[in-house]
Amino acid sequence: MTAPIETTGSAAGAQPEAVLAGAKRSQIEGRSLYQIAWLRFRRDRVAVAGGIVVILLVLLAALAKPIESVFGLDPNAFHQDLVDPSLLAPKGSWGGMSWEHPLGVDPQYGRDILARIIEGSWVSLLVATGATVLSVVLGTVLGVVAGFYGGWVDSVISRMMDTFLAFPLLLFAISISASLQDGAFGFSGLPLRIGVLIFVIGFFNWPYMGRIVRAQTLSLREREFVEAARSLGARGPFILFRELLPNLVAPILVYSTLLIPTNILFEAALSFLGVGIAPPQASWGGMLTSATGLYQADPQYMIVPGLAIFVTVLAFNLLGDGLRDALDPRSK
Amino acid sequence: MKRSKATAAMAAAVVLALGATACGGGSKDSGGGKGGGSSAADAALASIVNPSDKKGGTLTFAHSDVPDSLDPGNTYYGWVQNFARLYARSLTTFKPAVGKAGLQIVPDLAESLGKPSADAKTWTYTLRQGVKYEDGTPVTSKDVKYAVERSNFAPEALSNGPTYFKAHLADGDKYQGPYKDKSPDGIKSIETPDDRTIVFHLKDGFADFDYLAGLPGTAPVPQKADKGADYVKHIISSGPYKFSSYEDGKGATLVRNPEWDPKTDPIRKALPDKVEIKFKVNQVTIDNNLINNSLQVDAQGNGVDPQTQPKVLQDPKYKKQTDSAIAGATSYIGLNLHVKPFDNIHCRKAVQWGVDRASAQEAAGGPPKGDVATTLLPPTVNGYTKFDEYPTPNGKGDIAKAKEELAQCGQPNGFTTTLTARSDRNTEMAMATAVQASLKKIGITAEIKSFPSGKYFTNFAGVPDYVHSHNLGMIMTAWGADWPTGFGFLDQITNGAAIKPSGGNNVQELDDPKINEMLNSAIKNTDAAARNKAWGDIDKLIADNASAVPLVYRKNLLFRPTGAANVTVTQAYLGMYDYALMSVSK
Repeated sequence: MTAPIETTGSAAGAQPEAVLAGAKRSQIEGRSLYQIAWLRFRRDRVAVAGGIVVILLVLLAALAKPIESVFGLDPNAFHQDLVDPSLLAPKGSWGGMSWEHPLGVDPQYGRDILARIIEGSWVSLLVATGATVLSVVLGTVLGVVAGFYGGWVDSVISRMMDTFLAFPLLLFAISISASLQDGAFGFSGLPLRIGVLIFVIGFFNWPYMGRIVRAQTLSLREREFVEAARSLGARGPFILFRELLPNLVAPILVYSTLLIPTNILFEAALSFLGVGIAPPQASWGGMLTSATGLYQADPQYMIVPGLAIFVTVLAFNLLGDGLRDALDPRSK
Repeated sequence: MKRSKATAAMAAAVVLALGATACGGGSKDSGGGKGGGSSAADAALASIVNPSDKKGGTLTFAHSDVPDSLDPGNTYYGWVQNFARLYARSLTTFKPAVGKAGLQIVPDLAESLGKPSADAKTWTYTLRQGVKYEDGTPVTSKDVKYAVERSNFAPEALSNGPTYFKAHLADGDKYQGPYKDKSPDGIKSIETPDDRTIVFHLKDGFADFDYLAGLPGTAPVPQKADKGADYVKHIISSGPYKFSSYEDGKGATLVRNPEWDPKTDPIRKALPDKVEIKFKVNQVTIDNNLINNSLQVDAQGNGVDPQTQPKVLQDPKYKKQTDSAIAGATSYIGLNLHVKPFDNIHCRKAVQWGVDRASAQEAAGGPPKGDVATTLLPPTVNGYTKFDEYPTPNGKGDIAKAKEELAQCGQPNGFTTTLTARSDRNTEMAMATAVQASLKKIGITAEIKSFPSGKYFTNFAGVPDYVHSHNLGMIMTAWGADWPTGFGFLDQITNGAAIKPSGGNNVQELDDPKINEMLNSAIKNTDAAARNKAWGDIDKLIADNASAVPLVYRKNLLFRPTGAANVTVTQAYLGMYDYALMSVSK
C-alpha cells in the first residue's frame, strides 16, 4: 500500500525478520493508515455517537417492514375518528398522542405518525444513499480521468461539470419527475418513483464530487510514488486504479457521508414540490410537506418528521466530520 | 365561472402563504366588539347581516393574487364578475339578495329580461332610458353589440373570458372580431334597430339566454375608447363607480361616478363613497386584516387559508363571524368509460358503493369546507333535486354491496387502476388519498398519479388519447357552473358533444344518446319550471350510469368582519359575499 500521507506504517515492513523473531516481545507494531484512522476515530466521541446513530437508522430502515408487522403498525390505516376535520388537527393535546399512537396521528386522515416515520425511513435513506452512490461513482470516475489525463480530456470534462453546475437543477428535477410518471425502463409505481428520484438527485450532484476528486488527482499525479510507478513502466489504468484511487478513498468517503444528508434534504424538497413519492407511501419529506400547510393548526405533526430529518442529517454530518479528522489529521 | 382558474389561484395563494410565517400571529385583541355585527355563525347565508342605509366610507377589498383582468370583456373569474358590477352594467345580472333569491336573474342595463321568440332562437332586449357613461355620453345598444363582439370574437387580444356568444350566435363561427373585421356592420346575427334595442339571433333554441346576457361581456364598451387588452387601464364606467386609478398587478381605486343615475338602477344601493382593491396580499395577512377589521372583503371569496381555519373556528367570538357558504361546485371522480374495467357498469357501481364519501369530506376539511355529495348538481344550482342512488349509512360506503357488484363485474377480488388528481391542490390530493384508502377495503388498488393543475385538462386528464393509453380509470376533478342552472353545470361535463381531443371537462367520456338528447331538448324549452325539472331528471340518469362519483359539495369558509355592512352570501357567484350590496359600517 502506498501511503504518501502517512509514512509511519513503513517502519514495520522494513524489518520483517525482526518481527517474526521477536513475536513475543512487545514491540512497536506496524499500523496501516486505516488502523491509525480507526484509533483516532474511536477517540472522537462525537463522531462515534454519530456513527452509532447512523447504524441504528440504517437498521431501522432495513428492518422497517418486519418492525411494522411485529408491532402491528399500519402506516396507511385511517383513524378519522381521532381527528377533528374542521380544525384540521387531531383531537386531544400534543397531536393526539396516546398509548396506541405514541407520536400522535396526522391531521385529515388520522394515520399513526410513528408507523409513518418508520415506514418513511427506508424511502428517505434509500433515495439518499442511492443518489449518493450514483454521484460518487460518476464523480470519481470522471474526476480521476480528468485530473490524470489532463489536456483536452480535462477541458471537456471540466466544461461538462460547469454546465451541470450551472443547470437550474430544481426545475430540471421537477420536469423529469413529472414527465416520468407512469412506467419507464420496465418500472412503475413506487420503484419507478424511487428510481427517478435517485437518478435526478444523483445525476446532478456528481460535479461537486468530480471537482474534489479532480483537484486531488491533479496534486497526486505529480507525487514521487506516481513518478516511480511510471518510471517502472506502469501504464495509465494501473496507475489510476492501483496508485491514485486508494489515495482518494479518504476524501471520497468523507464527502459521501456529507452528501447523504444533503440528499435527504433534497428528497424532502422534491416531495415538498409534489414530485417526490406518491401517496399513500410515507416519506419524511412528504410528511414534512403536508405538515407545513397546517403547522399552526397542528405543530406536533411538523415536529416529528422535522426531528427525524434533523437527527439523521446531524448524525451523518458528525460521522463525516469525524471521518475527515481521522483520515486526514492535517485538516484539523 | 371557471372553477379551475379560481382554485388554481387559491392554490398559489396557499403556497405564498407558506412562505410568510411572520404574518401568522394575529392581533386577537383588536378585533370584534364594535359595530352591530353580533350575528351567529352562518348568518349571512339566510339574511343580510348588519343591514344599513348609511352612505359613505371606503370599502376595501384585497386579493392574494391578481385577476385575469378587471376588463368586463376579458375575465372568467367569478369574483371579477361579482366585482365588475360596481363599474359595469351587463344586460341582466343576478339579484343582489339573500339566499335562493340571489340566484334570480334580473334586468340591469335592459328594461326587462329578454323577450324570446317561441323557439327561443331570437332574443330581444330594450335598454333602459337615460343610462350614461362616466363622461356623460349615453349608452347605446351599439355599445352592447360592440362589447359582445370584442369579448367573444377577439381571442388575439382578449382571451380570458367565456365565449358562449360565439358558440351560440347564428354566424358565430364566421365572424372575425372587431379588430380584424373593420366593416361598420359588425356581426350580422346581432341587430340594433335603434339605440335602445338589441336583438340576438341564435343557431339553436337556448332558453338560458338571460344568463348569458348576465355575463359581464355584455356590459357596454364605447368603441372609440377600446384599446384591446389595454382597455383595462382606462375602463369607461357605466355603473355607480369609476376608476380614479388603476395599477397593473397592484390594485385600483374607484370613486363615485357622478353620471350614474340611481333612477335608472333599481338593484344597486351604491352606499360607499370609495372602493379600493389591492392585489397580491398574502392570504394569511388578508385573513388577519379581516379579523382585526382593517379590511372588509377578501375579494377572491374562496374563504380563509387553512392556517386561519382553526383560529376562527376555535374562538367562539370569531366563529360567530364565519359563514360556511356552498360554493356551487362539486368534487367528483370521473370513471372513464373507455378504460377497463370501467366499461362494465358493475365495476363502476362497485366504486359508487365502495367509496367512503364521509372520509373524503373529512380529509377535505370537514363540514366547514364541504358536505357529502350524492348528486352532481350542487344544492345552489337551479334544477338541483335531492336524491341518493347509492345510499349508505352516513355516506360511509357499503363494502358488502360493493363486493356484490365486483363479483357481477367478473372481478370478485378487485382490480388495479389509476386515480389522478392535481398535485398543487391540497384538498383534491387529500380526497384522493381518502378514496384510495376506502377502495383498498373492497380490493381495488387505486394508484394515485398527480399532475400540475395548469396542464391537467390540456395535457393529461382532459386528453382521451392520453387517458386511454395510460389507463387513467379514475379522474378526480371539481366543477362549478358558469351560470347556476342545470344546463350551465351539466352540459360541459356530461354531454357527449363536450368530449374534445384536449382540454375537455367530460372526463368520463360520457356520450349517452338519451342524456345528450335530454340536455339538448330541455335547453330549448322556454318553460322554466319544466326545464328545472329536466335538470334533476338528467342528474339522476347520470347517477344511474354510475360514471361520475360525486364526493363533496364544496364550501367556502368566509370570514365576515364587523366593519362590513349589508353582508350576504350570493349563491350566484360560487358562494362569496355579494359585492354589489356591501358597504362599511364605520
